[in-house]
Formats: sequence, C-alpha cells, structure tokens
Amino acid sequence: MSPAAPHGRVIALHLAVVALLFAGEFVLPAYHHGVMARIMVLAVFAMGYNLLFGYTGLLSLGHAMFFAAGMYGAGLTAYHLGWSVAAAFPAGIVAGAAVSAGIALLALRTTGVAFMIVTMMFAQVGYLLTLYFGNWTRGEEGLTLAPAARLLGPFDFTDPATRYFAALALFAVVLFLTLAVVRAPFGRVLVAIRENEERTRMLGYDTFANKLAATVLSGTICASAGAAYALLFGYFGSTFATVAYSILPLLWVLVGGAATTLGPFLGTLAMYYLVDISNDVLNRHFPNWDMSYLGTVGVALVLLVLFFPKGLLGTLRQRWMAWLP
Amino acid sequence: MAFGPHLLLAALEGLVQAAVLALTALGLSLVFGVMRVVNVAHGEFFMLGAVLAWGVTTAVSGHPALGFAAALVVAPLAIGAVALLSERLVLRRLDYNPEATIVATIGLLYILQQAALTFYGPEARPVVPPFNIRLQLPWFGYSAYKLSVIGASAVVLAATWFVLARTRIGLVMRATQYDRETATAFGIPVERVYAGVFALGAMLAAVAAVLIVPISQAHYLMGADPLLLSFIVVIIGGLGSLRGTVVAALLIGLSDGIVSVFFSPTLAKIIATLAVALVLVFRPQGLFGQAAR
Repeated sequence: MSPAAPHGRVIALHLAVVALLFAGEFVLPAYHHGVMARIMVLAVFAMGYNLLFGYTGLLSLGHAMFFAAGMYGAGLTAYHLGWSVAAAFPAGIVAGAAVSAGIALLALRTTGVAFMIVTMMFAQVGYLLTLYFGNWTRGEEGLTLAPAARLLGPFDFTDPATRYFAALALFAVVLFLTLAVVRAPFGRVLVAIRENEERTRMLGYDTFANKLAATVLSGTICASAGAAYALLFGYFGSTFATVAYSILPLLWVLVGGAATTLGPFLGTLAMYYLVDISNDVLNRHFPNWDMSYLGTVGVALVLLVLFFPKGLLGTLRQRWMAWLP
Repeated sequence: MAFGPHLLLAALEGLVQAAVLALTALGLSLVFGVMRVVNVAHGEFFMLGAVLAWGVTTAVSGHPALGFAAALVVAPLAIGAVALLSERLVLRRLDYNPEATIVATIGLLYILQQAALTFYGPEARPVVPPFNIRLQLPWFGYSAYKLSVIGASAVVLAATWFVLARTRIGLVMRATQYDRETATAFGIPVERVYAGVFALGAMLAAVAAVLIVPISQAHYLMGADPLLLSFIVVIIGGLGSLRGTVVAALLIGLSDGIVSVFFSPTLAKIIATLAVALVLVFRPQGLFGQAAR
C-alpha cells in the first residue's frame, strides 16, 4: 500500500463493486440471488476478521464467539423479549462490542500462538454456554424467528428483495468503513504493529490501546454480521458458535487476500461457490464418498498456505496493481 | 451407592481418562516443545488411531486379544507414517513458520476428517476389548481392562521418559529444543529430528486412541475433545515439560471425571476451559513450567 495511492481510483473501484452487487438484484436467478445475500452478510464477518488478522497481524481462532454474540444478542432479544429489529440489531452490536472488549482485555495480554489458543478457548466457553443455557437458546437445534419479528417499519426481511438490499446496505457500510479505517492513521499504526510491534512502541505508540481498539472494532463488525444473519434469515443456533465458524473467516480472508479491503468478499464468494460446486460434482461422480465441506476446505487451506499465501487480491496487488488498498 | 464408593468409582474413571490424556498431551507437548509449532491436527491423529484400531480388529479373526495386539502395533506405525508424510510435504515447506503451520494443520485436520468420513463412514463403531474380566470390588465390579489401560499408559510414559532422558536420541531432541541454531552448528540433522518428533507425537496420540477405543467408540469427529483437553494439559503443565504434562493430565482427568459424575458435564467443561484460558493469560509459563529463557 503506497501512501500516494490514487484516491479516486480506489473509491471508484469500491463503488463499482457495490453497484455491481446492486445490479445483481435484478439479474441474478433466484437461487444465486439468495446465495448472494448470504455471502454479503458472511463477507461482513470476514471483513471484521480481516481487520484483526490481516491488518493487525493477530491470528484469532475465536471470532465465532463475536459472530455468535451479535447473533444471540439480536436473536434472543427479538425472540424472548419481542424487541423489534430496530432495537434487536443494536442490541446484537452492543453485545458483540461488550464481549470483544472483555475478551480483548484478557487475551491481548498474550501474544502469538498463546493468543490463538486463548481466543479458541474463550470461544469454546462461549459455545458451551449456548449449550448450557439450552432452555433459552435451544442449543444445536436453534431458534427460528417468526416473520412478525423480522419487520423494520415498511421493510419485511422475509421478502428476498428486501433482504438482499438490507444485506447490501450493511455490506457497503462496512466495506467503506474498513476502507476509511485502513487509510486513516489508525490503520497505518495497526499495520506497523503487524510488521514490528517493538519498533512501533519505540516510536511512541501505545500498541496495547491500538490492538484493543482493533479487536473491539473487529469483534463489533463480526457481531453486526451475526445480528444481521439472525434477523435477515430468521434462524440462529449453536452451530454458528463452533470453532468451524472461527476457521471459516480465516479461510475466506486467506483466499481473498489478507489485508486487502475487497479480499474478504472475494474469498467468501469464491469459497462458497467452490464448496457448493465441488460437493455437487464430487457427490455426483462418487456418490458413496460422503463428500462434505471438510475435504474442500481442508485442501484449500493447505494449498493456499503452501503456494498462495497472499491470496487472490494479495497476489494481484503484488504483481500488477500496487494501488489496491 | 454410598458417597465413598461413588467417589472411588469417579476417581477410577478419572484415572482412565487421565492416563489416555497424558499420552495424547505428551505428543502435543513434544511437538510444541521441540518444533515450536502448534499441531492443530493432533486430535485427528488420535481419531485415526481409533478408526484404524477398529479396522485392524475387524480384519483379524480369532481371539479379540490377537486383533487388539495387532492394532496396537499397526495403528501407531501407520499414523506415524501419515505424520511423517505431512511433515515432509507441508510443514517443512513452510519452514515451520508458527502461524502458517496453524493454518496448514487446520487444513490437515479437515482433510483427515474427510478421509475418515469417506473411507470409514459417519457411524460410531465399538471395538471389542482384548479381554473381558470384571474385578469384583467390595462395592461394585470394575472392568479389568480399564485398569490395564492405566498400566499400559504408565509403561508408555515411562518408556518415553527413558528415551528422552537417557538415550542419545533423547539428547539430540533436547539439544534441538534448547537451541536450534547451535544444534545445527554441532552437526545435528535438525530437519530429521523435527520429522521424527512430529511422527513420535502423532504415534503417542495413536497409542492413546487404541487403548481407549474399546471403552469409548471410534467416530470421525472424536478428535475435537482430545485436542482441546491436550491443549489444556499442555498449558497447565508448562510446554515441553514431561513431568508437568503427567501431573496436569492427572489433575484434569481426575477433576473432569469427578466433577462430571456429580455435576453437569457441560458446566464442568465450561469451568475447566475458562480456568485454563485464565491460567494462560496470567501465568503463560504454566503452573509447573519455568519462565521462558
């Protein structure tokens, strides 16, 4: 990322992506239309993860906890307390911010591998808590929100088009938010911490405070994705708190390119369809192989880390387009 | 049953858990200690050990003990080979970069799970224990096999300790753990040591799995719990410390056994996991380990 990156070209590129997705509403066939709404929400999750993993260089295996905090914060208040979307969505975001602040204060005392293990353990505690309070959460089975709980004024999220635009709105807001953050001085400090934390501290930056802010921002963005997922698709359960949902955003970010603003979306898109198509093809040709997402995700992770550590956009930026943010 | 015998039963169950856990965790601890990488796929080596034990015992006809003995030999060797292969093909190419290794072993975890699902199937299958004797205690009968698991684990642990502390191989391993650069300068083939340690760690997990599979069952998703518990044990015990690993395994296994008899297992797991995360946060060298050099 060169400091003199052409501002106009970057903004235009991001606007073009949003415009393309807007056009998707009118041209995509029904199946892909539904998939794309889901991908946009999951891409928000990945963008939140990218802020911490890609830009700050902290490998967390606990982001399912933040996603689930938003999901349950919004879902449970809507389900049990009958809160409207206008109240439940902020509730999810607040829950995510609170959880990520608490976890960050503890986990950031560790570094490197210990940080990964600690975040994974806290997330495991979060997952077990959703099982333990099964009376309210229904555990793995999960809860389904009634259509009446998914209304926001004139907007009805059970309607595919409304849902698509709501997902796009959240996606666009978070996309431009991350773009602003990584181009702001704060974002540069995060990159400096990733590259050399000691030196950044020597230069007079409070690295702990910056890492704390990055973790809370990242966790809160992930929580907004979780809250949106619960309210838009009307379902939430313990599955979303398992370690698999901490690994998936890592995979999406790695595929798309860590520390690129559009990488998380591209990675989510690519992996969703790769798993979808490879499952179809393999199950058609080898019906008794029981192919699930496991094999595809596993092979993708190993190949990526071996041959393609910078991901799609990271490689593109390195080779041809140094101005990509 | 009165409280005393109930507690004894819980303690025995806990000891069996602790014995198997000590072996599994020791494998993880060795890999972390010597190679400084976290093997997230460690639990899947455990799972593969159990699945292979099922495969071997089913293939061998005759007395169950015969098949079990065969499994005890074949499964660890096969798992060791799988580990060696993944070390050569993946970890070495990453130059043991800690974060890249985590990502790669997560991938390996999924690949091994998929392989087990494809070739073994989604069912949980039992393995017949090599012998079926009940020891009649004054209050309740107890499986002699479970007691022999504790004995067998103790033997393997002692053998590992002997190799580490008293043989040339162990000396080379400890030298590599202490200082990789100097070890290289003294002509120690560090890469071969790494490959050997990675295979040894996986084999310990496989032995543990073969021992426990007649008590639990073989299932393709069974690797998650041993992985997490091993992390817990290794952290509490201090990384790379054999004595600490054994003590911590006893502590965790016993308390897990006893607490889950009297309280909800989920609550027990929540408390244990939270406690360990806090240990890692506030005392990163573990309860028994020494502060980092």
